[in-house]
Amino acid sequence: MVTHSQSERAGSAPSPASPPDGVVERSRPGLGERLAGFAERSWRPFVLLAAIVVAWWAVTAAELVEPYLVPSPGDTFDAIASRPEYFWEHTWTTGYETLLGFVIAAAIGVFAAVVMVNSPTVEKTLYPLLLFAQVIPKIAIAPLFVVWLGFGLGPKIVVAVLMAFFPVVISMVTGLKSVDPEMLQLSATMGAKRGQTFWKIRFPASLPHLFSGLKVAATMAVTGAVVGEFVGADAGLGFVILQANGNLDTPVLFAGLLIMSLLGVLLFVLVEWLEYLVLPWHASRRGEGTTTNL
Amino acid sequence: MPPGSTAERVAPMERPLTDPGHAVELDEVAVRFRTKRKDVTALQDVTLRVRPGEFVAIVGPSGCGKSTLLKLASGLLAPSSGTARLLGEEVTAPRPDVGYVFQKAALLEWRSARKNILLQAEMRRMPARQARERADELIAMTGLTGFEDAYPHELSGGMQQRVALCRALLHRPPVLLMDEPFGALDALTREQMNVELRRIWQETGTTVLLVTHSIAEAVYLADRVVMMTARPGTVAGVIEIGLPADRDYGTTMAEPEFARATRHIRDHLGAAVAAD
Ligand SMILES: Nc1ncnc2c1ncn2[C@@H]1O[C@H](COP(=O)(O)OP(=O)(O)O)[C@@H](O)[C@H]1O
Ligand SMILES: [Mg+2]
Repeated sequence: MVTHSQSERAGSAPSPASPPDGVVERSRPGLGERLAGFAERSWRPFVLLAAIVVAWWAVTAAELVEPYLVPSPGDTFDAIASRPEYFWEHTWTTGYETLLGFVIAAAIGVFAAVVMVNSPTVEKTLYPLLLFAQVIPKIAIAPLFVVWLGFGLGPKIVVAVLMAFFPVVISMVTGLKSVDPEMLQLSATMGAKRGQTFWKIRFPASLPHLFSGLKVAATMAVTGAVVGEFVGADAGLGFVILQANGNLDTPVLFAGLLIMSLLGVLLFVLVEWLEYLVLPWHASRRGEGTTTNL
Repeated sequence: MPPGSTAERVAPMERPLTDPGHAVELDEVAVRFRTKRKDVTALQDVTLRVRPGEFVAIVGPSGCGKSTLLKLASGLLAPSSGTARLLGEEVTAPRPDVGYVFQKAALLEWRSARKNILLQAEMRRMPARQARERADELIAMTGLTGFEDAYPHELSGGMQQRVALCRALLHRPPVLLMDEPFGALDALTREQMNVELRRIWQETGTTVLLVTHSIAEAVYLADRVVMMTARPGTVAGVIEIGLPADRDYGTTMAEPEFARATRHIRDHLGAAVAAD
């Protein structure tokens, strides 16, 4: 309507600063608006999750399986509720290992990718080694890390890093190489230094790829931490599960599994949220302009 | 005729090694690409001189080495033999004293139009205020006013190419190299861009080397048109366009000289361009 009333004043000359006809400036969404938009887009999985819990409850309520094999959701939640401090402590341990492993993996992965893209020699030398580190079964070398590093956080973080860094390297290398060659030629005619081309063109262009890798890495880091705990630990969700397994305490076992999965999802969502904040410009993030009422 | 034209008649033997009389100078250059499967001679025995302030268009069939020629002039490519000189200085590395526009706008999608234009200034570490003023000037000159804060995906092809042009002109380059800059635009936008480019060229006085597929575009815009043969690319001929400096689009199209020049170029290039 505003547009309409303006166009009726056809006689008056537009001020030089005003945008051309038909263009109305809109302010960019603030942080709050962005968060609200994010929540609006991500409620669906929670509905599915609720449906799964209901199905789980239905199966146990109908006594289709023995309760000591599959505990009911109620029993599982009771297991947590009866010992909240116990679960909180072990969740904290695994969460700490996971997060630290993930951050280290991301840093090493990005660094390795940058070095490899800058030097073909390094790439040829390092790539087979990285591949080897990736294909070697982590569960098989985890005991070795326990021997080397003891029962503390060390081996868990190492296994988490080993599992998580490969997707980061691969995606970052792809991202850094995906820059339009004409953009790089243009940069050369601008007299840009290597560092300038990297920070202003190559690095931002690689971010969408990097975030795909980080999302995979987030889920891998949880697995890595738990694998590390399985091999030798006196704390963490892996330890909880092993203990519960020994005691045939399926409610606690299920509770451990549940929290572990939630931990992975949480880290994944965190990375996705970060991506949303960092890359509002990317094609996968932006909606096409939609039409609106006048 | 522009004052530099007398240099054309100086015999090669008497010409000094560095000739400040030319903005772009290619001397018997050849370019040969080596790929895994075969060697391709893209350019052979190409000699070309462009006077400062001159507008030269290059036409020729696809793959005849037009893009290669611009890359030689800017130092993005080294010739296999012969020499390239820019502003009298032999080109040995990518040269920052040019502005470059490609067929694709090649904009950074995370930067707004204005920020894309200012990339040029950031890379060159130009004083921020001076860069901002120059960007404003160019934005007004190219009709981008109101779209400064739009992101590339929010701009039409013509608008994107205007941004690329502003970016290329920000540092007032003495030489502007354009590689089929309007090739991806629709006919109407293209004509509009031609008129604007002609005006901008007259306002800035920069030397322009324009590669194009459109004979009409070449004749309307240029002082001289270089015609090239198919692979290996050589210069088939150069034609002076005898149109007045003030070229209204519609009037120019109707000029006998326009018809003569386009006819001449078409005859020269033969079926090669028609097949494109
Ligand atoms: N980097 C390259 N490697 C190998 N061959 C190339 C390269 N660049 C161009 N060519 C070849 O050189 C020839 C001329 O290319 P180009 O200058 O792009 O032609 P035009 O711009 O006139 O269409 C083509 O045959 C092309 O295949
Ligand atoms: Mg080309």
